[in-house]
Amino acid sequence: MNLQEIQSKIEAALPGIRLKPVRESLLIEDAAMLPKVAAFLKNDPVLALDYLSSVTGADYLKYLESVYHLYSVEKKTGPVVLRVRVTRDSPRIPSLVPIYRGAEFQEREAFDMYGLYFENHPDLRRIFMWEGFEGFPMRKDYEQEDSEILETADIEWLDRHGAKVPEGMRKKAADLKAQGKRAVAEKTGKSIE
Amino acid sequence: MAFSKNQSEVDEGLKGELAKKGVVVTTINQLYNWGRQSSIWPMQFGLACCAIEMIATACARYDIARFGAELFRPSPRQSDLMIVAGTVTKKMAPQVVRLYNQMAEPKYVITMGACSIAGGPFIDGYNVLRGIDRYIPIDVHLPGCPPRPEALLYGLMELQKKIQSQEIETTEWYQKGMKREYPVPDFGPHGLVPKFNPEVWQPRELDHRKDKYGEPILIGRKTKAPDLDAPLATPPVAQPPKPQTA
Repeated sequence: MNLQEIQSKIEAALPGIRLKPVRESLLIEDAAMLPKVAAFLKNDPVLALDYLSSVTGADYLKYLESVYHLYSVEKKTGPVVLRVRVTRDSPRIPSLVPIYRGAEFQEREAFDMYGLYFENHPDLRRIFMWEGFEGFPMRKDYEQEDSEILETADIEWLDRHGAKVPEGMRKKAADLKAQGKRAVAEKTGKSIE
Repeated sequence: MAFSKNQSEVDEGLKGELAKKGVVVTTINQLYNWGRQSSIWPMQFGLACCAIEMIATACARYDIARFGAELFRPSPRQSDLMIVAGTVTKKMAPQVVRLYNQMAEPKYVITMGACSIAGGPFIDGYNVLRGIDRYIPIDVHLPGCPPRPEALLYGLMELQKKIQSQEIETTEWYQKGMKREYPVPDFGPHGLVPKFNPEVWQPRELDHRKDKYGEPILIGRKTKAPDLDAPLATPPVAQPPKPQTA
């Protein structure tokens, strides 16, 4: 069954849904409809897409995306790719954990890296980065720290632990603090976008 | 690496003559160092793919037992050598430093592979520490990605040379008040706090990644993203060459 047939099948089963084929995948225009589409695809006897292989986040600058790859173990077919787009301001997507239990850790990963909030997720915490980490490192606007320059927090920590800090580093950190900046690694040179 | 060798003050010729009679002349220093260098117990832990090479070194083909370092101990309390085999992520770095602190003196560290030396291919990543030498002192840096087992054996032999060059009277771990412990870094909001320990490591004045290789640093904000709604660019189909007409 090709993508067009799957699209018309979903549209027939769920009236009012807006789908759009993007490349080799189906974009669900209204993110709130995602669980209904997934439940239909899973329970449909012909498609029987019973296995959610991956949940991925993606950043396209104008919007964030969550991509789902569905396979059928029973029919040995797949993948069927679903996409959901959300804005940067409110990246809220309904969770697929009630339908596919295996989505739990993958949604946590997408949350950790891209800051996609999966609503109704049973345990939405960071999975790779530690508690207290700020920002979402795979987003394109993430500002990485400059690991060669010490900041005031580092200097205070080193003083607390009785380590000697050279005066130059102290001064640099104080200057940064006076300017209200933090040491951020800037992108330089020719690069692959 | 250049080490000053421990030279015996006994005449070599006299030594040889005595050896023929079954008398061995040596110094406490040499005996002590010979014993230490021939029974280095490494710590049994691996962080990434370099660990596979380390395991291969311990197996029959390369056989690290020839150098007396076959006894991989699962506890830092019983080991002399820490082989940091693999990528040290920021999440793993505090544990590595803590393991180093828990080792008994005398202790040595080999950084195995490009990642544990300086971050390797992940140097621009948000999650990888740019070398474990930012927090603990290193005895042998062993480059490679990953280094072959022969390279690890070579690194071990270099460490043996270093051990041989140490003297029992002046070794730091017999001095009073010697405490070789380094503070364990904390998790901060953007990475580890501190970014490095200036007592152990300081950034270089010259950054060869900038001046030698033309600033290949890729970190920072990205400004471009592919447009999914645009039609796929079809690759140009190679046309067969036209037959030439006379």
